[in-house]
Amino acid sequence: MALRDITLGQYFPGHTIVHRLDPRTKLLFTILFIVALFLCKTIVSYAIVAAVLAISILLSRIKPATILRGMKPVMLIIVITAMLNILYTTGEGTPLFQLWIFRIYPEGFLTAFYMILRIMLLITCTFLLTYTTSPILLTDGLELLLSPLKKLHAPIHELSMMMSIALRFIPTLIEETDKIMSAQKARGADFETGNLFQKARALVPLLVPLFISAFRRADELAIAMECRCYHGGEGRTRLRQLRYTTADYWVLAAGLALCVLIGVLRHFGW
Amino acid sequence: MERPIIKTDHLTFSYHTDGEATPPVLTDVSLEIADGSFVAVLGHNGSGKSTLAKHMNAILLPTGGKVYVDGLDTSNEDLLLDVRRTVGMVFQNPDNQIVANVVEEDVAFAPENLGIPSAEIRQRVDEALAAVGMSEFATHAPHLLSGGQKQRVAIAGVIAMRPRCIVLDEPTAMLDPVGRAEVMRTIKTLNRKSGVTVVLITHHMDEAAQADRLIVMAGGHVVADGTPKTVFSDVEGLRNVGLTVPDTVELLYELRQDGLDLPLDALTDDECANALYKLLA
Repeated sequence: MALRDITLGQYFPGHTIVHRLDPRTKLLFTILFIVALFLCKTIVSYAIVAAVLAISILLSRIKPATILRGMKPVMLIIVITAMLNILYTTGEGTPLFQLWIFRIYPEGFLTAFYMILRIMLLITCTFLLTYTTSPILLTDGLELLLSPLKKLHAPIHELSMMMSIALRFIPTLIEETDKIMSAQKARGADFETGNLFQKARALVPLLVPLFISAFRRADELAIAMECRCYHGGEGRTRLRQLRYTTADYWVLAAGLALCVLIGVLRHFGW
Repeated sequence: MERPIIKTDHLTFSYHTDGEATPPVLTDVSLEIADGSFVAVLGHNGSGKSTLAKHMNAILLPTGGKVYVDGLDTSNEDLLLDVRRTVGMVFQNPDNQIVANVVEEDVAFAPENLGIPSAEIRQRVDEALAAVGMSEFATHAPHLLSGGQKQRVAIAGVIAMRPRCIVLDEPTAMLDPVGRAEVMRTIKTLNRKSGVTVVLITHHMDEAAQADRLIVMAGGHVVADGTPKTVFSDVEGLRNVGLTVPDTVELLYELRQDGLDLPLDALTDDECANALYKLLA
């Protein structure tokens, strides 16, 4: 098992317009895009939404192959969703054919097709967000977007700090897991053979030391943060200050326009 | 004498478990660390040297006696931030001190906490990275750096606070020889060029030998305090507390035992060679 290959919210540095947009803009645009996507009813609306996404990908210079590769792990979910939709959708006309206890209608295929399209577009747009935004900017953006909730005493700063520390420690902990795994293998631990239950049991000697070390790390990190005068979010400034530019306003306007357009199309049965 | 940057006054410390005090880790330690000096604290595991270090910026508070940082009483909670920005602390494991996943963001962490304006943070980050020779790695991910580089980033993260003193608690313990040399060079440059007071906690004799002043701890007491040359000359004294001396001193000491007339204060290879050469000539 190559633990190093895990890509979680992977970021591809770049200097395109998509990379340079304010993370808040990208987050809001992604939300607007998803709303529009869920308002889609017919192939026309889907085509419009897909075109918008295609343009964004083109502008970001992210290779489509990269996005397709990221799609692989969710293939199973897509296939299962499609199958269920085909099997369980009931149409108005006569069924195409009968498969065991299931009646297959033509509408089933159409729903399945739309469902696949929706999931793929959804995943692609979130990929585009994480591929073009560094995790730290993303958490900064989230913190700023959610900052009005601070008035309600929601621990927004703490949450975003936790998130960025979690992101920071993912590679460190993966490395550590690799190390412990090798150490346990050297003592005869077997992580690969056996049924699911045996495999799960084999993880105990891996997880116990990993957790102990994670707690120790947390303790040391907390002291190191205190030594560097960390005292919560109050009065904290940032190295990088986020500022909306004209491009950001245009993108947000485009996102809103997209939502309205798809909403109107839906209203007229498209 | 001007005001010492750190002063411990009859410092005693013991951990409390279940309300009962365990035997003291530090007993009656009174020290003054002069501003701008380079002090090494040498001792075995359990000698109390790390505990002493943790008192220097109020991570631990004395159970007896007082600790003053630039005249500020560390037990006064209102002064906590002032104490911590005066004395920065670097720990053993660089992985567990780096907060952000971009080098420059991490170095910016302390100034951000202090509420310094963005433009000045930028300037401090650039200066701090230049001071440790890591400027070219400003936008790198810390987990891809070597141990020595990570530790230098951690040092940069502390000096971005512009502390007047840095306490380093065994900063080289987890590094390979190359990384150790990098870190030692960085520490010395900081002390010589920027005039930052350095307190280096270590159990490496050769690192301790590079300081201006050497304090030896054993069993929670200060057992020796002086220049490395004088401290290391007391070979028997050091052996009694379970410490060895640098190889050069060891060699000269053994030769002296055999009746040869040699000085004991040769710390570097060159000094040792010269002493031997003089004897033979």
